[in-house]
Formats: sequence, C-alpha cells, structure tokens
Amino acid sequence: MVDNRLKVNLCGIDIDNPVIPASGTFGFGYEFAEIYDINCLGTFSFKGTTKDPRFGNPTPRIAECSSGLLNAVGLQNPGVEKVISEELPKLRECFHKPVVANISGFAVDEYVYTCQKIDKEDQVGWLEVNISCPNVHGGGMSFGTDPEAAASVVRAVKAVTTKPVIIKLTPNVTDIVAIAKACEEAGADAISLINTMLGMRIDLAKKAPLIANTTGGFSGPAVFPVAVRMVYQVSQAVNIPVIGIGGVSTAEDVIEMMMAGATAVEVGAANLVNPFACKEIIDNLPAVMDKYGIEKLSDIVGIAHK
Amino acid sequence: MKQTILTVKENKCIAKDVYLMVLAGDVSAITAAGQFVNIKLDGLFLRRPISVCDVDDETVTIIYKAVGKGTKQMTSLQPGAELDVLTGLGNGYDLDLMESEIAADKKDEPVLLIGGGVGVPPMYNLAKRLLASGKKVSVVLGFNSKADVFFEDEFRALTEDVTIATADGSYGAKGFVTDVLPESYSYFCTCGPTPMLKAVFATTSTPGQMSFEERMGCGFGACMGCSCKTITGYKRICKEGPVMRKEEILW
Repeated sequence: MVDNRLKVNLCGIDIDNPVIPASGTFGFGYEFAEIYDINCLGTFSFKGTTKDPRFGNPTPRIAECSSGLLNAVGLQNPGVEKVISEELPKLRECFHKPVVANISGFAVDEYVYTCQKIDKEDQVGWLEVNISCPNVHGGGMSFGTDPEAAASVVRAVKAVTTKPVIIKLTPNVTDIVAIAKACEEAGADAISLINTMLGMRIDLAKKAPLIANTTGGFSGPAVFPVAVRMVYQVSQAVNIPVIGIGGVSTAEDVIEMMMAGATAVEVGAANLVNPFACKEIIDNLPAVMDKYGIEKLSDIVGIAHK
Repeated sequence: MKQTILTVKENKCIAKDVYLMVLAGDVSAITAAGQFVNIKLDGLFLRRPISVCDVDDETVTIIYKAVGKGTKQMTSLQPGAELDVLTGLGNGYDLDLMESEIAADKKDEPVLLIGGGVGVPPMYNLAKRLLASGKKVSVVLGFNSKADVFFEDEFRALTEDVTIATADGSYGAKGFVTDVLPESYSYFCTCGPTPMLKAVFATTSTPGQMSFEERMGCGFGACMGCSCKTITGYKRICKEGPVMRKEEILW
C-alpha cells in the first residue's frame, strides 16, 4: 500500500518514497527479495557496473570501525553485457519499478560505452554515474576530484543518454560545491552524495594494513554528519535535485537528510547489518513525520536552509 | 536466511580461549552442516559470523574462539541474553553432491572429516548427518596444543574412528592433520585455517568439499566483501560458499 505522504519526484519520475538502497550494498536485489517484497522501496541503485567484468580487489576487503566499516571491494561486477543479459532479467522478476543503474569507469569513453548501453534498458529509470569510487586506481574518484574532469564525464554521458543522469560525488575533496556546480553546468540532472570517505585501519598484531588494498572507503552512521553538511551546502548551490547518502540508518535520518536539502535518500551500510533496514525505515516514516508535524515529505526538502 | 532473536542458553569455556554457546529460538533456516550464523553484538557495527557446530529443532550450538573485540565480548554473555542473529547463511556441505562424487568402488569406505582448530565445529553436525544417513565416518582433528583440544569426547560418542593430532605433540599424535590421514576413504570434507586447507588439498586423493573463511561485510551476499576466484568463476564465500568443491578451488 502506497502512502501518498511519502511520495517524491526524482528528475520527473514519481517514486513511492524517497528511500533508495545505495549501490554496492544491495547487489541486484535478489538477496533481499528472498526475505521481503522489495517493491516497497522507492527504487534502488544496483551494483556498480563497468564496461568490462571485474573481480575487484584482493581480500580482506572489509574492516570494522567504530560506527561503520571500511570497504575496498573495488567494483566487482560481471560487466555491462552480463548485467543486461543476466542480472536485469532476474531483477525484473522481483522488482517492478524503474531502477537506478549505477555506472563506473576508468576513462571517459568507458563511461560513455556503459551508459549508452544501459540507457536503452526499459527497467532503468535513472543513471547514477559514479565518479567517486575510492577503491580503484585510475578513473573512479579521480574524475570526481576535479571540476573540469567531472564536467567532461557529465557532458560525454549526457550526449549519449536519454534518461536522467545523477552524478555521484566523493567527499574526498576540498570543495564539493565547486564539483557539484561544474556537474550541473555540464548538464547533470541530479547530484548524489556522499560516496565513502577514504580511510584505513592497521592490524596491530600483523603491523600491516587490515585491508589488502591498504585504504578503503569509510561508511556507516559515523559519516552521517559529514553527509548532512555536504548535502546542505550542495543543495543550496545547485538547482537540480540532490540525493543524500551517508550513514542513513533510521527514518529520523531520512528526514534530517531531506531537511538538509535532499530530495531522496540512499541507505548503504545499514543494509549490510540489518537486511530489513530500508523496509523498516519506510514503515517507520509516517509515525516519525507525525511526531514532527510533517504532512508530506516533499514539503521538507531543504527546509533547514537559512 | 532468517533474521531472528535467539536466547543464550549456555555459554562456557571448553578449551583455551574457546567457548561453546547454545542459542535457542527459531533455527529452522539452518538446513545443512557447514552453514553459519551472523550475530549482532551491542556496540559493534558489523555482525560476527560463526559456524554452526550442531543444530536441533529448538537450538543451535556454536563454538567460537575469543580472538577479537566481538568474540571476546561474546564470552561475557549470560544465559537469558537475547541476540539478533541471521541464521541459515552459506551453502553448507552438499551431501547429494558427495554421493554423486564418491567413486563406485569406494562406496563402503568411510567419509573422512578433517577439522582444524575452530574449523572442527562444523564437522560435528556433519558427522551426525552422515552417520544418520548410513555412512561411515573417519574423523581427524588437529589442534596446536593439548590446551586447545575440544570436543574429542563428543566425536568419540558418535564414532570410534577419531584421531587427534597436535602440532606440538602434547596430545594425540604429533604433527598436522595431514600426517595422520587414514589410508582409505571414499571422500573428504574439511574446515580449518588456510594453510591446513592447502595441505589437505595437496594430500587427499579423492574428491571432497572444503570450507573457507574470509572477513565478511554482510554475510548474505550483498556486499561482495568476501569474494574469491574459483575455476567455475567468482564466488562469494558467504553465499555460494563457504563450502567449495575441491575441483573448483584456485589457490
């Protein structure tokens, strides 16, 4: 049953609620579809897809931290051809709404190739172009740390696609507002932020990094205040929708992120600890809205802006 | 997979730094030996994956070694404590596959079960299931030292064919599990530290199934944190594993 109070519009597409599992924490949805009907989600952002198949980084890829985790998976995925021929048909059986296609690359022409292919798929509602993966060498985050490099990806992808293009930004920059504005000027339809924060842990017994890749991306509730701050800053500087990501674990977090300026909210690390996290957040939203006198979620986007 | 609340019934030290915990509740999602559970602990972000030692209609028994923050915290849990647990994770040992891989002229030979350290527990429920299905089992357990040995009596209550080896020779045979493997067996199943698995891989002469460990994020296939390469493609240790066929393993 859809609660009209939760509906939001993301780049011209109505979604039943603003709760979106973040890429890399929800696979292609099947593991979660085994335990609940994932059609309760607004949409979800599927596993980051690249032109060619990738195994990713050696293990260990994961390390526990206070209120979060480090990961250095390194964009493991079967490549865009197999995503289209194998994953999307399977996904169609358990998810009946438009999905967010999360795309990564190592060169502009790779982003172009992959986005052009995935854009043609009916199931895809939006493209989320990841220019912010901290766990791969070359490409990934290097596009997201320079305004002109970011804009070059946006322009190239926009030229070959028809669906709304969301650009996913890294927090590992001195001025995220400048990057966001460059993306908007280059034609981005929305901005999502933040990807993980670059971090590392050291194994005291082995006197060596815990993660085989040395560094990893830090996510979880610990990064939530950083994400809220960046969503607040970016959403005031651009005129396109912002999707808030970073440590969201509760309905209250969703509302806080939206008050900071997010039109929709992605939930990442919480899915890994509580596979029902997104469903519980959606179920809890109406009661939390009542508590704070919120009639419709769409009313509160950016309401905290001064 | 099922998310459920289980109640601690028992939590006791059974060897050096090794604890046995019995948890009661809905354990119906656990359907094979070699599966694991993933336990949420207060104050820690990621769950802690622990292999299943034994299961019945109402309880699951796990054996864990207190080595890190999470497992040390588990040692202080008292009977009555409630834990948020994901149950029925991983594939477990495939007994149908085993049947199909056992050579025709070896059908009467025992299935060899090789456990090392905290890799011993999954062998217990596996031994029970095999014996219940009419198979003979031969159990080889390896530990570092006498103080580390656990579950010898429990295994001996199932079968006479139990061999213990300790690396320092302080109990049972001196040496590694691969030093005391029997001459003849139909198939093998193993779980233990990677160096032991490598040695077992190199020493065994029949097909078999081997259980692997890796640091995990979610434990149910969502994060790709524990992937490995196999001859048949990339596998997630938590989902397509932790048990792999010997034939598909790439070192």
